[in-house]
Amino acid sequence: MTRNAMIDEWYPVGLAGQLDTHGRQTALMGEPIGVRLGADGNAKVTGSNGRALPVCIRYGHVWSSLGDPQKALFAIPEADQPGRRLVDVGVVRVRCSPLRAVENFLDIAHFPFVHTDILGAEPHTEVPNYKVEIREDEDEVWATQVKFYQPQAAKSAEGGITTEYMYRVPAPTCSILYKTCPPRPGEWDVITLFVQPLAEDLCDVWPWMALFDDETSMADLIHFQQTIFLQDRSILENQIPRLLPLDPGMEIPTRADLTSVAYRRWLKRHGYIYGAQLVAQ
Amino acid sequence: MKLYDYVLSPSCYKARLMAALTGVKLDIRPVDFHPGAEHRGPELMALNPAGSIPILEDGDLILTESSAMLVYLAAKAAPQWLGNDTALQAARVQQWLSFSHRLTGSLGAARLHEMLLRPGDIATLQWQGMAALRELEAGLVEQHIRGQRFLASDRPTIADVACFPYVALAPDGGVSLDPYPSIRLWSRAIRSLEGFIEMPGIHRLHELKPEPVLDAGEA
Repeated sequence: MTRNAMIDEWYPVGLAGQLDTHGRQTALMGEPIGVRLGADGNAKVTGSNGRALPVCIRYGHVWSSLGDPQKALFAIPEADQPGRRLVDVGVVRVRCSPLRAVENFLDIAHFPFVHTDILGAEPHTEVPNYKVEIREDEDEVWATQVKFYQPQAAKSAEGGITTEYMYRVPAPTCSILYKTCPPRPGEWDVITLFVQPLAEDLCDVWPWMALFDDETSMADLIHFQQTIFLQDRSILENQIPRLLPLDPGMEIPTRADLTSVAYRRWLKRHGYIYGAQLVAQ
Repeated sequence: MKLYDYVLSPSCYKARLMAALTGVKLDIRPVDFHPGAEHRGPELMALNPAGSIPILEDGDLILTESSAMLVYLAAKAAPQWLGNDTALQAARVQQWLSFSHRLTGSLGAARLHEMLLRPGDIATLQWQGMAALRELEAGLVEQHIRGQRFLASDRPTIADVACFPYVALAPDGGVSLDPYPSIRLWSRAIRSLEGFIEMPGIHRLHELKPEPVLDAGEA
């Protein structure tokens, strides 16, 4: 049995703004953990045997790890840019593989069918070619020059626009989406999906955003993102097989799936297989 | 008319759906129910001491019960949605309006547990939800035998709007609708109504695909 390569990664385990001394009981990859505010005012995370787990507070969330993280949590430089609204969207539990939650986030082709009249609409269903690479220096998956026609790309968008996207996967269960920012051309809105793996087929998803939008109320921004994610949830819970297949024998990808193909390849290369199916069944 | 609204709340959706079906324009005030718990904050508690949403405000009138909102919207804009005033139909409408609270307490609570991590005994909630679905299925079968497609009548009433959201979202709480063919037909009938609007987890009815054309040779 090889060591689970995902054990040393950072995972979101709670909203930093909602920490209290009472704490919350949750789990990481099958191990029950506790997350609470310590007497010294710092976040404490404890494993099932009471051992103290590593902690960092970043991007609105408390992060922890069951192992010994070799690197600091990935950087999102835009998060510190002045003028952005930071939006804690809140947790949503999904009965699906944590890797499937990320993969769905990377997919554009489903927009017209699942997020109809918001992120896509028929007949504008074509996904034009885009660029995908595994960046060796950063060890991240990137998709760039992604373009898609959207009826209402963001809360701040008036009417349909062709939106440009970049996708980035800096950790096995985290993805960051950079998206055309309607009120501020030249900047990118940042929308993230941080996934806490509870079990191989169960996860808590913590979306978070850093947006340029001075008009929309915070509740409205949260509602917009929750609407999108909850449209995905019922789809995710019905995907078969439940684990993300890494065996290329199972499926025939199309050009629009290049990001998913690179993500799966990158997971396989690193042995990030918690929530994955290695051999087609 | 102002609705204090949470986009993922089936009870808020009842009011939004009723307004859409009857052509009433609502002024939507989004409430940060999750994660912000704004419905328990001082502004909303002052409006509704029960600490729940939706809240519907129209001038001096403040309604905090979704069934009352359905009655109000229908009576103002489209009274045919109240059903007729025969003893039988009036009673059936009231029966299902009250029954809808059982759906909220079972399927709704199971959904909050499974989706937004609210506390609850999930096995019991799901079991109670299934018991309610079986009762609804039986009610719809009886209606079919009477030649009626909706819960209280052959046309949709506020009773259907009251029961539909939590039923349609049952799978969010881990309760399948597969065993209930009459509920699925009824759901189709509601989703095909003029003016129907969706909410996350309740998909619009996709148009039926054209008949497949088979060459004589293939068949």
